[in-house]
Amino acid sequence: MQEDLSSGRIRKAPENFLNKDGIKTVLTEAKHGRRDFIRNAFAAAAAGAAVPAALAQGNPVPTEGGDPNILNLPEHSKGLGQGVAADGGYGKPSKFEANVQRRQSPGLTQTTQASVSFAPLQSLFGIITPSGLHFERHHQGWWDIDPSKHRLMINGMVESNKVFTMDEIMRLPSVSRIHFIECGANTAVEWGNVAVPTVQYTHGMVSCSEFTGVPLITLLELAGADLKNGKFVLAEGADGSSMTRTIPMDLIKSGEVFVAYGQNGEMLRPEQGYPLRLIVPGVQGVSWVKYLRRLEVGDKPYAAKDEAVHYVDLQPSGLHRQYSSIQECKSVVTTPSGGQVLLDKGFYNITGLAWSGRGKVKRVDVSVDGGRNWRTARLEGPVQNKALTRFNLDWVWDGKPAIIQSRAMDDTGYVQPTYKQLRAVRGTRSIYHNNAIQSWLVQESGEVKNVQVS
Amino acid sequence: MFRFRKAVLAAALLAVAGLAGAQGTSKWPGVGRDATPKEVAAWDIDVRPDFKGLPAGSGSVAKGQDVWEGKCAHCHGIFGESGEVFSPLVGGITKEDIKTGRVAKLTDSSFPGRTTLMKVPTVSTLWDYINRAMPWTAPKSLSTEEVYAVTAFLLNLGGIVPDNFVLSDKNIAEVQQRMPNRNGMTTEHGMWPGKEFGKGHKPDTKNVACMKDCVPEAKVSSFLPDYARNAHGNLAEQNRLVGAQHGADTTRPEGKPGAAAAQPAAQAKPAAVKADAAGADNKAAQALTQKNSCTACHAMNSKLVGPSFQDIAKKHAGKADYLAGKIKAGGSGVWGPIPMPAQALSEAEAKTIAAWLASGAGK
Repeated sequence: MQEDLSSGRIRKAPENFLNKDGIKTVLTEAKHGRRDFIRNAFAAAAAGAAVPAALAQGNPVPTEGGDPNILNLPEHSKGLGQGVAADGGYGKPSKFEANVQRRQSPGLTQTTQASVSFAPLQSLFGIITPSGLHFERHHQGWWDIDPSKHRLMINGMVESNKVFTMDEIMRLPSVSRIHFIECGANTAVEWGNVAVPTVQYTHGMVSCSEFTGVPLITLLELAGADLKNGKFVLAEGADGSSMTRTIPMDLIKSGEVFVAYGQNGEMLRPEQGYPLRLIVPGVQGVSWVKYLRRLEVGDKPYAAKDEAVHYVDLQPSGLHRQYSSIQECKSVVTTPSGGQVLLDKGFYNITGLAWSGRGKVKRVDVSVDGGRNWRTARLEGPVQNKALTRFNLDWVWDGKPAIIQSRAMDDTGYVQPTYKQLRAVRGTRSIYHNNAIQSWLVQESGEVKNVQVS
Repeated sequence: MFRFRKAVLAAALLAVAGLAGAQGTSKWPGVGRDATPKEVAAWDIDVRPDFKGLPAGSGSVAKGQDVWEGKCAHCHGIFGESGEVFSPLVGGITKEDIKTGRVAKLTDSSFPGRTTLMKVPTVSTLWDYINRAMPWTAPKSLSTEEVYAVTAFLLNLGGIVPDNFVLSDKNIAEVQQRMPNRNGMTTEHGMWPGKEFGKGHKPDTKNVACMKDCVPEAKVSSFLPDYARNAHGNLAEQNRLVGAQHGADTTRPEGKPGAAAAQPAAQAKPAAVKADAAGADNKAAQALTQKNSCTACHAMNSKLVGPSFQDIAKKHAGKADYLAGKIKAGGSGVWGPIPMPAQALSEAEAKTIAAWLASGAGK
């Protein structure tokens, strides 16, 4: 389906998702007043200028005196429904939910095996991402591995190298914790300019699950690891890419890092590393090694491919930041958001997600005037450590253009930065770790657009 | 009786000894066992920047070129320059960079891309990654000599080692001193979750949570051009049918005020896919293209390394036998200069894929 949708006019990320012609078009349109149209529309409305008449009532009383959906009883009120276990013993979403899918961004990658699909944040509630809608990132394709043949090895600076079967790992004391996972390249295409239309594509490389597994420190103690001199652990996957990443021992000693087999009450999905995945709360997704097969305790970092060629952040000085791992505090309004249409003037619940790789979300503020004035949103509790946090704010839309933003603060006191602040330090070519405040322009037509403001 | 008692005693003693061996002083007795040296050797393949883990051996640039042309060039290009499938490996570095260890083009924002050789600071990273993950469709299939050789050839393409160079565990540390971006990394940042590097978690931006009259009038500085309106597909089909907001119909121009919102929910349809019998056959054939890694080089509608399935279907409509033969034997010259290697899939699978292609490569 995706192929048909691709116009071929939007090209490869990550550096600049728009091609040269696209950027030219943006500049030309700006010169010829197209940008002024949007800019002025907002400015005029903000200044209290005339606004169009009320939009059509979304749920009018029909002329015939009643809604046929009420007056004529539907089939499901008059017949016998379906029986138990009708769909093969594993329930699926309603057929009317077929639009809610994870999706590829057209033109982003040339293969599906080294690629990404984005979670449909605009359609999700609460903080848990349904496992089948969890974003995907594969480096060399995914596998469905026989768990009875999967092994985990621990070696390096340990008293004895160890091997575990899944049966053995699942015998050990387990923890269940809710954590977000965000790809370091989430929002990467927006560093320089607006490049994609919806929150699915701007922020859809974040998901949140309840994971169940065994604290890594338990396994390291079992192997008699040298926790003093072994300052780093290399995690390695069993798939073709045999992904490797360096994890600091400090974080493991805190007890936060664990090897998970469970996700949202069932086993991990194959796309998420079934049967075993490393959980590194607060750290970018690439460190959450899937199909985890080996952990090596060492005294030096490893400079793996994804620590030396990718997942390094280019700074204006020409230096790359290496081993940049923490996902800093970030938030986004998920509705109303880009590509949606407000059906009418009146009451709306502005809702969105906030998270921090350094701890708990402390507060989220929301602006509907492009960052000039802010109101504090309600956080849905319990607010958890390094987990997605849902926020809500009442809003009455008066039909005028509005620019909606959210700004999160975590319990270290850190406040999510603006694009201006982020670019002042890191430029626009960093690719990774874009946690800037997102702006959505609600136009008079009700249609919402992805914009950046200055 | 006496004999019996002795046997029981012996068994009990053995059991105790066995338990002691398995448990040690563990808090979790009976869980896990010691790995054998052979097992560790089979999996412990990582190579660190200080070359810990690097197996002894060597490989020449010349040998590397042979391996490259057979196993690497179809994705990465003859000179490692191709951006068709992955980001280019080679390009953007100079002799001066090799001297300084800093790649000058990384400060030039007009330079179009960043190649692997512009970024990678450590030669161990190249060796390790080629060894563990390449070639793309057959990772871990290269011999140690081939890994040295391909690494040498890649470095040669970047002008880092000469044409007659033989890379080995003995001289790789000297090569490290010529890596063009060896001084191009910094760990002075607050984003490492340990104490080993950087600024101890100290962030590099400092926003304040101002609440009133914080900024002057917001001005829209960037938005998507109109021509890209439908580039991500119809957004009406990417939103739930009901809810506070519906998806915008991006197949039509943006509506005048009110027009877009006037579309009742009943008119929007889910993008449901109906699977009929032909659809099932199509799905089965496509699954085989996935299973046999055909999709690493062929996409449905667009040219990748090889022609798209749609283009093959057009050119060879009805020629199932011809296509089955070609899939098995490989070929070159029909679609361009890059050859397709012979494929080791079963006769039956080749025929299924060929029949699907010959009948139009439907979805």
